[in-house]
Amino acid sequence: MSSLSHLQRLEAESIHILREVAGEFQRPVMLYSIGKDSSVMLRLAQKAFWPGPIPFPLLHVDTTYKFKEMITFRDEQAARLGLNLIVHRSRPAVEDGVQPFAVGTQRCCQLLKTGALLTALREGGYDAAIGGARRDEEKSRAKERIFSVRDTAGQWDPKNQRPELWNVFNARLKPGESIRVFPLSNWTELDIWQYIHVEQIPIVPLYFAKPRPMLVRGESLIPLEQPFVPVLPGERTEMVMCRMRSLGCSPCTGAIRSEADTLPKIIEEIISFRRSERENRVIDHDQDGSMEIKKREGYF
Amino acid sequence: MAALADRPVFDVDQFLAAEKHKDLLRFTTAGSVDDGKSTLIGRLLYDSQNVYEDHIKSIAKSTVNRSAGAIDLSLLTDGLRAEREQGITIDVAYRYFATHRRKFIIADTPGHEQYTRNMATGASTADLAIILIDARNGVQPQSRRHAYISALLGIPRLAIAVNKMDLVDFRQDVFDSIRREFSSVLGRLGVSGAWFVPISALTGDNVVKQSRTMGWFEGPALLEYLETVEMADGAETRPFRLPVQRVIRPHQDFRGYAGQVASGTVRAGETVTVFPSGRTTQVKSIESYDGPLAAATAGMSLVVTLEDETDISRGDLIAGAGHAPTLSRVFEAHAVWMSEQALDPAKPYLLRHASETVPARVSAIVHRVDINTLDHEGAATLPMNGIGLIRVETSRPIAFDPYRENRITGSAILIDPATNATAGALMIVREHAAASGPVTEAERAARYGHHPAAVFIGERPSLAELLERRLFNRGANVAVSAEPSLALERAGLLVIVTGGYEPSLPLSIDDETAVDEIVGWLEERGTLIGEQTVADGGGI
Ligand SMILES: Nc1nc2c(ncn2[C@@H]2O[C@H](COP(=O)(O)OP(=O)(O)OP(=O)(O)O)[C@@H](O)[C@H]2O)c(=O)[nH]1
Ligand SMILES: [Mg+2]
Repeated sequence: MSSLSHLQRLEAESIHILREVAGEFQRPVMLYSIGKDSSVMLRLAQKAFWPGPIPFPLLHVDTTYKFKEMITFRDEQAARLGLNLIVHRSRPAVEDGVQPFAVGTQRCCQLLKTGALLTALREGGYDAAIGGARRDEEKSRAKERIFSVRDTAGQWDPKNQRPELWNVFNARLKPGESIRVFPLSNWTELDIWQYIHVEQIPIVPLYFAKPRPMLVRGESLIPLEQPFVPVLPGERTEMVMCRMRSLGCSPCTGAIRSEADTLPKIIEEIISFRRSERENRVIDHDQDGSMEIKKREGYF
Repeated sequence: MAALADRPVFDVDQFLAAEKHKDLLRFTTAGSVDDGKSTLIGRLLYDSQNVYEDHIKSIAKSTVNRSAGAIDLSLLTDGLRAEREQGITIDVAYRYFATHRRKFIIADTPGHEQYTRNMATGASTADLAIILIDARNGVQPQSRRHAYISALLGIPRLAIAVNKMDLVDFRQDVFDSIRREFSSVLGRLGVSGAWFVPISALTGDNVVKQSRTMGWFEGPALLEYLETVEMADGAETRPFRLPVQRVIRPHQDFRGYAGQVASGTVRAGETVTVFPSGRTTQVKSIESYDGPLAAATAGMSLVVTLEDETDISRGDLIAGAGHAPTLSRVFEAHAVWMSEQALDPAKPYLLRHASETVPARVSAIVHRVDINTLDHEGAATLPMNGIGLIRVETSRPIAFDPYRENRITGSAILIDPATNATAGALMIVREHAAASGPVTEAERAARYGHHPAAVFIGERPSLAELLERRLFNRGANVAVSAEPSLALERAGLLVIVTGGYEPSLPLSIDDETAVDEIVGWLEERGTLIGEQTVADGGGI
């Protein structure tokens, strides 16, 4: 087979995909969620267009419930790399006091993430949105094409996807349709961490273990960044040595107990894991097939 | 994933070094509906401890269980609600796993005929296909169709798994008779070296562990075969091809051409030809974010800069000097039709090939394949899931290689511009001789293996004769003339001019040496671009 290493093959494939997006679309945008996958995707975009600049803007859909450290990190990165970063906030929802414990996680996500994302894409007139989702994350993502068409309402029809052969992508759209492109489709969680280590890619410090105040609820560790997170009788806050395995909104992203405070330790930990990365995400478990339902609605 | 977990000390550098040497095998499942493809993949992942506990818990809880076992392992890949409701696979699922020997990307594809295009999607990038056959039912039309598509797609290796052996009492005679029947099908497709294995995805026999019940089968279990089967695609030793995806021009002093190398190797200083223009130049440098590179080889995504500022844009192909691609407007290709609307020769299509998009028409259906008999028959159209050989005419010439020689420059899709559907998958076989429209310089160059030129050699008749013979023997279209002739050059010829003109280059007195000097000079200038591809159709 090819003399390229596994990571080199993944990198080359992702760069090829990013260049196809830039070549085929008028107004692409890259979704930047500040997490580890976005950090890798950003590096790949730098590589794809080097020595030129990244030829599209980055979009962050801010639910306002992200960790503070994420926002600080985002703004540092944008300044350091001179990124064209657009931040979209769904103001009315936030002012209306939409939060997961008041309206439920499904509705909260629907309003603050999916709805906001669709609005941002529509307002920006973007015809292609590049996202960092990986097929190994979840069983409906495992089914999605690299170039994934959305209808005029931004929705995904998993039963009627375009065939996608070789590395030849069909980027044709009817007016009002759009496309989601997933350059990291074939990466696994372990690949992401290996690449971050090899490439020394900066990531949010929340991924590294340190003692943090957490609400301990059974097996779960709930971060206490938002005042509205309810504390049940008998529960209390403890300092726990922990880290985040994936990053989302603080009320819905549980931490994991961990001693991994360096990249090698994180890699070692990932290898030993017997549970999936999204297990600590509340949103995927609302009901069977909930990710597919959200994706159909337009979620990434 | 747990393979290294029990090690006492973890050395990340050691781990990364070991990972670097692991190769990657992409494989796909194929076969008729319900033959057990998804169950097999579930079993493979489960028995090799590549499934997370919460995923097992979630499928164990599921109200759906069509299997005779405690948990329905097909649910590990059948991730769509409709799939679980209907109990079939609708679209490809991609799964990732690793053992200490190899990394794997699995594409679990649907068996139902209606979703053949999704099978083709999964199979197009595979290095190996596992074709399942239900031991009770034997070879089905869909088994043949998938074998045929796998052969067309040039999947280098086929493993044939005769599944559900538990339902035929693990009998050797059942396995043997299916093997005999399917071997003859494969023989007709020109596929050799397929490996057969009797398995039970339900019980796990011969999947990860060798079966005790089927002691009569000597071979290894399927996983060991996948871990050890030798793979060589040779893409690096093929002629150099770089489809240009993008021109990168951050400032006045830099103009680079970005793309992913489809095949071969190129180094700075080497001569390349750009298609469709046919212009020749040298590689100035190979650039990447991580610094300049000495060589670019198959699979790498990079940027090259060239000595001459030629007019190159997205869709062009940069090719090595040795072996030119075919440049043509008309070619024949094997097609798998994937649209509900049958192929219509009256309709305009768009051809997506490498990094270019060209308006195209299907000017003829050479034949259609009857999947049951594998015979060729005449046809006016190809319906959805139909397979055949078609003739395609593009509005301008495209530079391609036969699919058998190059899976990237030899593949294409047809898009229906009315619906934007990806309507056909094409595997190019050869140029069709009778192209129409004015013949271009590039077409001539591609056919003759050289650009037109006049070589002045002074008044040396014996040298002219020797040189003409040498060039003619290597396939050049050559003529000797006392005067320079634009007409001959326009016809694409190499013209040896003998009149009393100044020689094009300093020449030795000895004729033999002078011939070498001239040929070397023509090669260096890129006038001679090498022998032309002789394409043939293969066994299908
Ligand atoms: N007894 C027995 N049943 C099996 C075996 N393998 C699969 N099955 C059953 O056969 C049925 C079909 O299995 P699937 O894995 O869904 O088949 P498939 O080939 O993936 O089907 P499609 O993807 O829809 O084409 C299920 O009920 C399985 O439990 C086997 O080895 N033995
Ligand atoms: Mg299946």
